[in-house]
Amino acid sequence: MSIFPFVVVAWVCAVGLYGIITSRHLVHQIVCLIVVQSSTYILLLGVGYKTGAVAPYFYDIPLNTPAVDPVVQALALTDVVVEAAVTALLLAFAVQAHKRFGTLDPEELRQFQG
Amino acid sequence: MTPRQRRWIFLVAGGGFLAFYLWGLIGLPGFGNYPGPYGDIINAIAVPQTHATGVVSAVNFEYRAFDTLGEEFILFIAATGVATVLRHLREERDTSAVDEAKNRDVPATSDAIAMVTLAFIGPTIVVGWYLASHAQTSPSGGFQGGIVLATAFVLVYLAGQFIVFKRLSPIALTDAIEAIGAGSFAAVGIAALALGAAYLTNILPLGSTPGAVNSAGTIALISFFVGVEVAAAFILIIGELLEQTLIVREGDR
Repeated sequence: MSIFPFVVVAWVCAVGLYGIITSRHLVHQIVCLIVVQSSTYILLLGVGYKTGAVAPYFYDIPLNTPAVDPVVQALALTDVVVEAAVTALLLAFAVQAHKRFGTLDPEELRQFQG
Repeated sequence: MTPRQRRWIFLVAGGGFLAFYLWGLIGLPGFGNYPGPYGDIINAIAVPQTHATGVVSAVNFEYRAFDTLGEEFILFIAATGVATVLRHLREERDTSAVDEAKNRDVPATSDAIAMVTLAFIGPTIVVGWYLASHAQTSPSGGFQGGIVLATAFVLVYLAGQFIVFKRLSPIALTDAIEAIGAGSFAAVGIAALALGAAYLTNILPLGSTPGAVNSAGTIALISFFVGVEVAAAFILIIGELLEQTLIVREGDR
């Protein structure tokens, strides 16, 4: 079962991608993109995990206690911030698209150029 | 391309991706067998070197501080982008629900919701402040704390007080606070340059006890500035998106 978390990563990523290509609503599509990005959190935390290790916080535990990799956890934090920024921008674009064209269906939006 | 064709292409491509992905997994160490060495080295040296017991914060605000600077400016630019994309167009103007439907009453926020959200504002600010200022000791930091602080302002809105929300966070002031937060992070790095050290070197005294609130030098300082920037950026983004509900285009009626 040692590859199970990485199979979960592939599953979450695939589910999100399927949602993006079949979506009929821009906001739904943005949520699907968040799902795709969530798979990277599982991947990052999965590669840094050590069986039986604790979180890398040595406030009340001895320094030599086995702890999981803090670098990938810091990367996951970066990931979350970038996702929040991307989501905010995409939602703003969706608002403008609805204002200009009166629809959020990607199929209908394709008829409008520019 | 019809949705049906697109689904078929996805199935074929997804199958190919899965095959290569599983193939790639075979050579990797399994889950729970972290091979190192970077994480183990950082875990061993971070506490003596930086006096921060939260090693994730030490990585974010010390070892990879330059990367975090870029990350913070991504958020800064996103807030600017949202404000630019959602700027008022020529044919738009502000209005309020009262003007739009004079013959109908605006449904008031229920007292229960207003009570609960107003009661939560104080504790939310305290928790946000605590998170933003304790990155060096426990699982927290400026990013988390800033989000919680911004939540306090959203609670004001949830209590049905959009006017108060706008008055508490005027755009010019929030803009300035966001810029000060982002600029101060960069300035901490420049201060190190002025002292002859490398950019973003930890130039402040580390304190005697690892894990104390006043320990870890610039880690605590940078985390706090990041908290200020993140809170202001999210208040701006949320405010811009909420304001869209008040905009009416001239031809819409």
